[in-house]
Amino acid sequence: MAYTTADFDRDFARHRRKSRLTFWAVMVILALLTWATAQMSGFFRVTQLTLADGSRAEAWVVAAGLPRLGEYLEKTLPVLRAESLAADFGQWFWRWKIWGWLLLETVLIGFLATVFGVAGGLVLSFAAARNLSPSRPVLWITRRILEVMRTVPDIVFALIFVFCFGVGPMAGVLAIAMHSTGALGKLYSEANENIDMRPVDGIKAAGGSWADQMRWGALPQVIPNIISYTLLRFEINVRSSSIIGYVGAGGLGQELRTAISLQEYTDLSALFLIIFVTVIVIDSVSERLRHRVIGMERAA
Amino acid sequence: MEQHTLSLKDLTRSFGDTKAVDRVSLDIPPGQFVGVIGRSGAGKSTLLRLVNRLIDPTQGQVTYGPRDITALKGRALREWRRDCAMIFQQFNLVERLDVLSNVLVGRLADHGFFSSMAMQFSDAERAEALRALERLDLLPQALQKAGTLSGGLQQRVAIARALVQRPRIMLADEPIASLDPGNATRVMEALKTINAEDGLTVLVNLHTLDTARAYCHRIIAMRAGRVYFDGVPRQLTDDVVRDIYGSEGLQEFNEAVTSTAVRIKVPA
Repeated sequence: MAYTTADFDRDFARHRRKSRLTFWAVMVILALLTWATAQMSGFFRVTQLTLADGSRAEAWVVAAGLPRLGEYLEKTLPVLRAESLAADFGQWFWRWKIWGWLLLETVLIGFLATVFGVAGGLVLSFAAARNLSPSRPVLWITRRILEVMRTVPDIVFALIFVFCFGVGPMAGVLAIAMHSTGALGKLYSEANENIDMRPVDGIKAAGGSWADQMRWGALPQVIPNIISYTLLRFEINVRSSSIIGYVGAGGLGQELRTAISLQEYTDLSALFLIIFVTVIVIDSVSERLRHRVIGMERAA
Repeated sequence: MEQHTLSLKDLTRSFGDTKAVDRVSLDIPPGQFVGVIGRSGAGKSTLLRLVNRLIDPTQGQVTYGPRDITALKGRALREWRRDCAMIFQQFNLVERLDVLSNVLVGRLADHGFFSSMAMQFSDAERAEALRALERLDLLPQALQKAGTLSGGLQQRVAIARALVQRPRIMLADEPIASLDPGNATRVMEALKTINAEDGLTVLVNLHTLDTARAYCHRIIAMRAGRVYFDGVPRQLTDDVVRDIYGSEGLQEFNEAVTSTAVRIKVPA
């Protein structure tokens, strides 16, 4: 029996009906999930508040709280007057000497942690790649190690390392390096899993050891990916290292903590500005570098 | 260098339920140029990979003179792979590395961990690699990235890599299947020269019959994992060929149709 246009129309209608049904089913499920989680997080709470005339009223929690956000931000604004701008700036950034050093420390923590993270991640990434791992147990163990390293937030590692090695940047470097190793090892291993296995076989057939196969057959193929991921990680690590001082692991974070606990609101805005500018600078430089690497890749 | 007979005894390799290689027994004396033919899936590639232990046999044994190849492990296994060089249909070069580095890969088996990781080679090794490249007319391309070369040139780089392994046996898995006729001829001529001048045993998988007839001292045909024919090219009659390829239905089996040969003599 020939397949006629009428048959096609019938199949097509059925096909359309089925995909429309799937679409709406997914939408309904997503909406229910969103509503349920918002309910659990207290988004629909109604809170009591005191109005300006002293009377009490009830209001939706978000509507009641939003004005307070403005209130907080207003407190962090420095007093800047046109006639004494320089002096006011001096007042705002009054601890600039300390902050400058701590900023340098922050960037250096981010850098060194990235170096260690790249080294650790690279070594583990070959054993953690399904196609390259020397054996099943090795694959399993390296993957679990990487999971633990990246699941534990760096601030938790920092707490532990401050306990072990004392207050200071070294604890911060180790903490961020641990987390970076886990994150980079995972990303690198995914790059490794997408390589062409023929060169690796070629090295093996020439009598190369497992390490030779990785160094000569696999690594040259993934180097552009590695550079790109590494630069991205450096940006993330500088951001992390500006927070990590909160638990005593070096960098600007310790000043953030002091400012918050002493309620030095204008210090907070100054620190925020410093971190913000630094991250923007690093982001744009590393992005330019990454695009250059990708560009070289295309040209080659 | 001492040469021995390569012997396969009852060699079997199964993948799941299928026996890719099924109880193959062969003796290959030193210096022989052996062609292995058969339709796709007949087990030719598996056979070659069993010889240099890229895969391990399910059953049976490979010996080289007094040595049991199937029992080798670790360093000894890597040395065997070095002695028994392999070239592939898809060349299997590291495309991002230059040609010279790709040839130096042939020396890795004799390197320690650190010199290999640092990609350090001695002047003598580099000289040897360059001699191999010169022999294959590849000196001008020595510093180019391997991936930028044409298929024919890449396959010759692969042969140069095999040569610096100072092998006793050369295995070639469909070395000309991805090449145009001119390059195919150059590659086969190179293998022939190596066989004649260096006295290497050559074991090559082919799927063009006239190439096999033109170059091989001995032809082995496989069918469904078994050796179906083993003899000199003269004995390979049309009837035998029809059986090997299972093309009973074909009125006339015309070798010229599948041929890629071009008769030009080139120095290798």
